[in-house]
Amino acid sequence: MTELLDVQNLRVTFPTNQGLFEAVRGVSFKLGRERLGIVGESGSGKSMTGRAILRLIRKPGAVAADHIKLDGEDLLPMTEKQMRAVRGKRISMVMQDPKFSLNPVMRVGEQIMEAYRLHSRATKSEARRRALEMLEAVSIRDPERVFRAYPHELSGGMGQRIMIAMMLIPNPELLIADEPTSALDVSVQGQVLNIMDKLVRERGMGLIFISHDLNLVAQFCDRVLIMYAGRVVETCEAGRLHEARHPYTRGLLNSMPRIDTPKDRLEVLKRDPAWREAPSVGPDESREVTA
Amino acid sequence: MSAALSFRDLKVWFGEGRDHVMAVKGATFEVARGESFGLVGESGSGKSTIMRALTGLAPDWSGEMAVDSRPVPQGPKRDAAFYKKVQMVFQDPYASLHPRHSIDQVLSETLKLHGYTDIERRIEKLLSDVGLGPAFRFRYPHQLSGGQRQRVAIARALAPEPEILLLDEPTSALDVSVQAEILNLLSDLRSEHDLTFLMVSHNLSVVAHMCSQSAVMQQGEIVELLTTEDLRRHAARHPYTQRLLRAAEGYVRDEDAAGGAEAVA
Ligand SMILES: Nc1ncnc2c1ncn2[C@@H]1O[C@H](COP(=O)(O)OP(=O)(O)OP(=O)(O)O)[C@@H](O)[C@H]1O
Ligand SMILES: Nc1ncnc2c1ncn2[C@@H]1O[C@H](COP(=O)(O)OP(=O)(O)OP(=O)(O)O)[C@@H](O)[C@H]1O
Ligand SMILES: [Mg+2]
Ligand SMILES: [Mg+2]
Repeated sequence: MTELLDVQNLRVTFPTNQGLFEAVRGVSFKLGRERLGIVGESGSGKSMTGRAILRLIRKPGAVAADHIKLDGEDLLPMTEKQMRAVRGKRISMVMQDPKFSLNPVMRVGEQIMEAYRLHSRATKSEARRRALEMLEAVSIRDPERVFRAYPHELSGGMGQRIMIAMMLIPNPELLIADEPTSALDVSVQGQVLNIMDKLVRERGMGLIFISHDLNLVAQFCDRVLIMYAGRVVETCEAGRLHEARHPYTRGLLNSMPRIDTPKDRLEVLKRDPAWREAPSVGPDESREVTA
Repeated sequence: MSAALSFRDLKVWFGEGRDHVMAVKGATFEVARGESFGLVGESGSGKSTIMRALTGLAPDWSGEMAVDSRPVPQGPKRDAAFYKKVQMVFQDPYASLHPRHSIDQVLSETLKLHGYTDIERRIEKLLSDVGLGPAFRFRYPHQLSGGQRQRVAIARALAPEPEILLLDEPTSALDVSVQAEILNLLSDLRSEHDLTFLMVSHNLSVVAHMCSQSAVMQQGEIVELLTTEDLRRHAARHPYTQRLLRAAEGYVRDEDAAGGAEAVA
């Protein structure tokens, strides 16, 4: 069986004054029609991994890999023109800074309509109706007003929900969602997650879900990659994330405040230089948590 | 004891005609000196707007706002003394950092503006306080990860040594280990300097850890004031708060979710 996505030995580098900085250092993973979580500390290379798949790394940054296969077809040799056909149609990405990805001088509704018409050649009135339905689907309370609003007139969470709605329009085979629900209250977050979940279950969409919220990833995803310093240090079934063994993952789990057990100070992570040196865990290796 | 922050029947609105929106519909609460107070609730319910009205970024409002019992004037103007006393960390760190200013420029300008002279020493201290090494000092915002940018925004707010910090989702872009470091730092600063915090967060565990009480907002209204004891015990009275606390127990897959997916795709 061919995987939906097969990434082998992905590297992302940036030239800096202090020499070449390796943001992603040989990451490999495979993804089926499932929810794959990526967690890991700030700066560990999560966003760059997602962006590199779509070749969205700004110059002078560079991407290299043995292959990045979508449905068995390698994306690496593709021209920029071919990549444009992949982007947004077969693979969509919800960026970490939603308002930054929206056009600041165009009304939100027009942006959604444009995205919809690009995808479906619908009439204007049909696109308008669908755009309003989408706003409602992501629990926007007054869709008519928000339709006419500019991005700076949205709350943080409204911007995120609009980006998610827009990215789902082309019915992508793979959605890369970078911190898609970090600005949502838990109740609205649940509604938005249900939409993505349904697309995975009913349409066979693949989902890469990048998040800092370990509890959420454990409950929502099927599998998790745990990244540190540009590598995958551990991978496990999402439901067993709380049994993870790597001291780094344990450190992350222990640094979360808990609503039921008050503490004066939160535990902080003590980083071990050896974590950086250990090779990345590959897709077929079983350095996984087993029963 | 006088309050560090007080809001009385605050209403804030935007737009006109059919685009009119009453974003805050009569909010009343006080934050005592040295207290940490949480604002939680629905996305779009007016939490950021309360902070923006206080700092002069949402000009249309009525009611009363006061800082240390001194009324906040109408209009966008706040004097230098206000910004020395009150600083805000914005929800959206990308939008709040100038794209062509390096981290060094951002911090040194803020420090100079507030009359400091030992700029070097202070920049180093600020960066190390928020866990960014000296290597980051001459980078630009687009060369940082989301969480690194948020830490720069926090360093900038701490630079004038404010007495009151308005923190809008200060750690939602941070991983849990950096979150722990930042929250510990904020707690230390609060106890050392008797700082007052008003803090928005969607993470109820973070609110419970940091704040002694919180206001719960929905559709522009404060529906309930909760002590952290109540929060921990799930002792909420308002149906919205009860729903929120239930949702906070964890995501549950909705096997027959209605609508949603059809509408978006
Ligand atoms: N243009 C650039 N030049 C140099 N380094 C960069 C550049 N862009 C990103 N980086 C670095 O690459 C590393 C990985 O960044 P990335 O955005 O993938 O982190 P992340 O895991 O998504 O973190 P966060 O959780 O904070 O968003 C970071 O240390 C960042 O500083
Ligand atoms: N500049 C503006 N112009 C018009 N409407 C605005 C403006 N700023 C905010 N609003 C509206 O005010 C309402 C409250 O927004 P606010 O940003 O305060 O919400 P919030 O509670 O902070 O939400 P979130 O948790 O999603 O950040 C929203 O309906 C928003 O569209
Ligand atoms: Mg990121
Ligand atoms: Mg907000």
